[in-house]
Amino acid sequence: MSSNAITIPGTQIQARPWVDELHQWLTTVDHKRLGILYILSALLFLVIGGVEALIIRIQLMHSHNDFVSPQVFNRMFTMHGTTMIFFVAMPVLFGFANYLVPLMIGARDMAFPRLNAFSFWLSFLGGLLLYFSFLGGSGLYGAGNAPDVGWWAYAPLGARAFSPGHSSDYWTLALLVSGFGSIGTAINIIATIVCLRCPGMKISRMPLLVWLNLVMAGMVLIAITPLSAAQMMLLIDRYLGGHFFDTQAGGSAVLWMHFFWIFGHPEVYILIIPSFAFMSEIIPVFSRKPIFGYPVMVGATVCIAFVSMSVWAHHMFTIGMNSYANSFFVITTMAVGVPTGIKIFNWIGTMWGGRIQFKTPMLFSIAFLFQFLVAGLTGIIQSSAPVDWQLSLSYFVVAHFHYVIVGGILFALFAAFYYWYPKMIGRMLSERLGKWHFWLFLIGFHLTFDVMHIPGVLGMPRRIYTYEPGRGWDTLNLIISIGAFIQAIAILVFVANLIISYFKGAKAGNDPWDAWTLEWSVSSPPPAYNFATVPTVASRRPLWDLKHPEDPDSRYE
Amino acid sequence: MCLLKMRSSTLRSLAQTILLLFWSAMAVWANQPKGSSSHGTNIFAPASTPAKSIADLSVFVLVITGIIFVVVFALLVYSVVKFRARATDAGREPAQVYGSTQIELAWTIIPILIVVVLFLATARVIHAIQDAPEPAGAVQVTAIGHQYWWEFRYPKLGIVTANELHIPVSDPNHPTPTFLQLLSVDTDHSFWVPELGGKTDLIPNHPNRMWMDPQRTGVFLGQCAQYCGTQHAKMLLRVSVDGPEEFASWVRAQQKPAVEDAGAIAGRRVFESNACMNCHAVAGTAADGRFGPDLTHLMSRATIAAGAAKNTHNNLRLWIQDPSAIKPGSLMPAMKLSDADLDAVVSYMETLR
Repeated sequence: MSSNAITIPGTQIQARPWVDELHQWLTTVDHKRLGILYILSALLFLVIGGVEALIIRIQLMHSHNDFVSPQVFNRMFTMHGTTMIFFVAMPVLFGFANYLVPLMIGARDMAFPRLNAFSFWLSFLGGLLLYFSFLGGSGLYGAGNAPDVGWWAYAPLGARAFSPGHSSDYWTLALLVSGFGSIGTAINIIATIVCLRCPGMKISRMPLLVWLNLVMAGMVLIAITPLSAAQMMLLIDRYLGGHFFDTQAGGSAVLWMHFFWIFGHPEVYILIIPSFAFMSEIIPVFSRKPIFGYPVMVGATVCIAFVSMSVWAHHMFTIGMNSYANSFFVITTMAVGVPTGIKIFNWIGTMWGGRIQFKTPMLFSIAFLFQFLVAGLTGIIQSSAPVDWQLSLSYFVVAHFHYVIVGGILFALFAAFYYWYPKMIGRMLSERLGKWHFWLFLIGFHLTFDVMHIPGVLGMPRRIYTYEPGRGWDTLNLIISIGAFIQAIAILVFVANLIISYFKGAKAGNDPWDAWTLEWSVSSPPPAYNFATVPTVASRRPLWDLKHPEDPDSRYE
Repeated sequence: MCLLKMRSSTLRSLAQTILLLFWSAMAVWANQPKGSSSHGTNIFAPASTPAKSIADLSVFVLVITGIIFVVVFALLVYSVVKFRARATDAGREPAQVYGSTQIELAWTIIPILIVVVLFLATARVIHAIQDAPEPAGAVQVTAIGHQYWWEFRYPKLGIVTANELHIPVSDPNHPTPTFLQLLSVDTDHSFWVPELGGKTDLIPNHPNRMWMDPQRTGVFLGQCAQYCGTQHAKMLLRVSVDGPEEFASWVRAQQKPAVEDAGAIAGRRVFESNACMNCHAVAGTAADGRFGPDLTHLMSRATIAAGAAKNTHNNLRLWIQDPSAIKPGSLMPAMKLSDADLDAVVSYMETLR
């Protein structure tokens, strides 16, 4: 299907296999190819965002360092945050959802293949717009380029008075455009799951990954909308003389904070719920047991989704809300810890009594459980508003949310890469390189983010390009930076593994992990349109039923 | 309050053990001698009531989360070690267990109880700090955030100063707390001196309030905690907590108009005939600009440029000549004065005691 040279009588058109191949990738509406495109674009931006992180860490290695100017530093942390959230984490999770959801529910594609392609290219365009700012923008300092207002662009810093030029416009447009892409994908995921399940795939039999992506997509619809609204209001302020956030003309800085965080906090769960989804598929397979408490896991996820919509102002404990408002957001934030805790317990319950195989995906999953536990507990510490008055805006918070995003989401993603790469590519990732990747990344991660809590306790605010000597921050920052470089090396090992295994990996076969969900019933990579005949399922683990006809799940459900 | 104090003091030793295990380095710092220090800062070395009740609450929350951590971590390690696949399994599958309602109920209800306890302890501290009434003897200060420096006004005392806040020590028997009104003229800022209290943001069009009653004298360091633009990093903050007599004499000195020194008349002329006076005020002279720090008693301050440099002759000269050499992105322009004018204006500054 790839290199059909067209021969028209009387002309000689050369076969151009790679041009045809490229053309097919650019115009594809196939959910598997789009999934891989999402993942590849996320990997590209991961490397860029990672380089920005390294620049930040070199600058902070010791006090009064002058590796970069304050202007460049401010651009780096703005771009790092924006890139990692909007152009790495979301696309890569959408990519896996795109690839896996139709396969897992026995569908031949997403419900709206063209919308799917449109959404991907919108998201990617958003990323390009953001990075075009290096050429087309100009920052706070006048002669600058990329946005330098922080990834929340708190008003009135994003107003024209404080951010002249176009750098903030590129930031706004990038988020607006990629936001529309996200909404398109969310609609598509919901429609696919609601409409395209194969016979027998009742809603109570869907794999947890599908359930959790359904919840995630619902949250995207609710959370991205206020962000897009806020971006439009900001554009109106900047170009049409509006005063929503223009404090010089009586606008409200606090209004922007509410808009941003009513998006921003659900966003955290939009990212972590698909990571929970990976865990809920991988941990059972490598423990050789079904997920413990399937209905509770679904209920806890829906509960997290609901409660997480009412916690946003815990990002705003320092803005001077009254004591009742503060107390309200304390209780909702602490409450979200309950269903989250239930999930951790259920994963441990899944491992309990199992026969755990320590393949690379499982190593990353176990590390995820440990780190997500710590991240959840430091979250509980900060949910106590008075404690947060000290820790908010400090390096403690930076350590906490990197524990969630790197220690949680990224570890879950690595697990997912090692687990589903064989399905996507048809070859196994190298276990040897995988273990190198795992241990290096684990050491680097803990060196960086365990230590990073301490300068926060010692009064170091975030987003400072330099600090005074003698505050007790130097050694700690040096250790943090060393850890960052170890993580970077681990990422290189990972990318090398992806490339080497593409050419030299062992053949995967249909079902290398002896797993139980439908994607493992087809060839690796799956054929066009996935299933030659639409499968019928009778339980949550159709392949278990197939492999154990004497003791099928369908008997118990 | 009392109950919380008792509970947290008995729990403190337990907390230290847990801290040593999981945040070992943090605990080492937490145990630093609690003398007044102008160098390190630490939220666990509180010097005022709000900071103290936050530190106690932090210890309480740390202990609870520490216990949860120990229990769950032990379960995780146990199941990973105990239930690892062994060669003797011979590829057989373990018993397929789907769940248990009793266990699910247990690990739902226990966390709910923990959340209730944590919430009540938190709500009490929120109320104690936020809803504290302002006593009659309180010192009132209006703190105004500017891009990269702090303006401090004492409305009752008629004092305007910058970057270095002076407040009196507060005797618990005769409290003289300081109540700050927090305003901003441009972007968001945040007032944070960890040993005196949690941070509160300075937001344009959104006045905020915070208070502190320091119980030991000394200089306490802090800085702007909310990203406010290019030089957010060098928007530093020093709070000098003075004894009652020292504070009274500082107030008297600040209330005086600028010193008239005939020897510095040339520098004063440079100051008043250039753009300097558009942004800076010197009380008792024609200069009453408000965009920059008040310079009436510049020499009473230990630092310049919002704490970015020590207040020395050379630094002052460099700052006036080229602010971006000390603080690139600062809103003070380079005045491009001739060497003679520069020396004259620096001499004038040095008379402003």
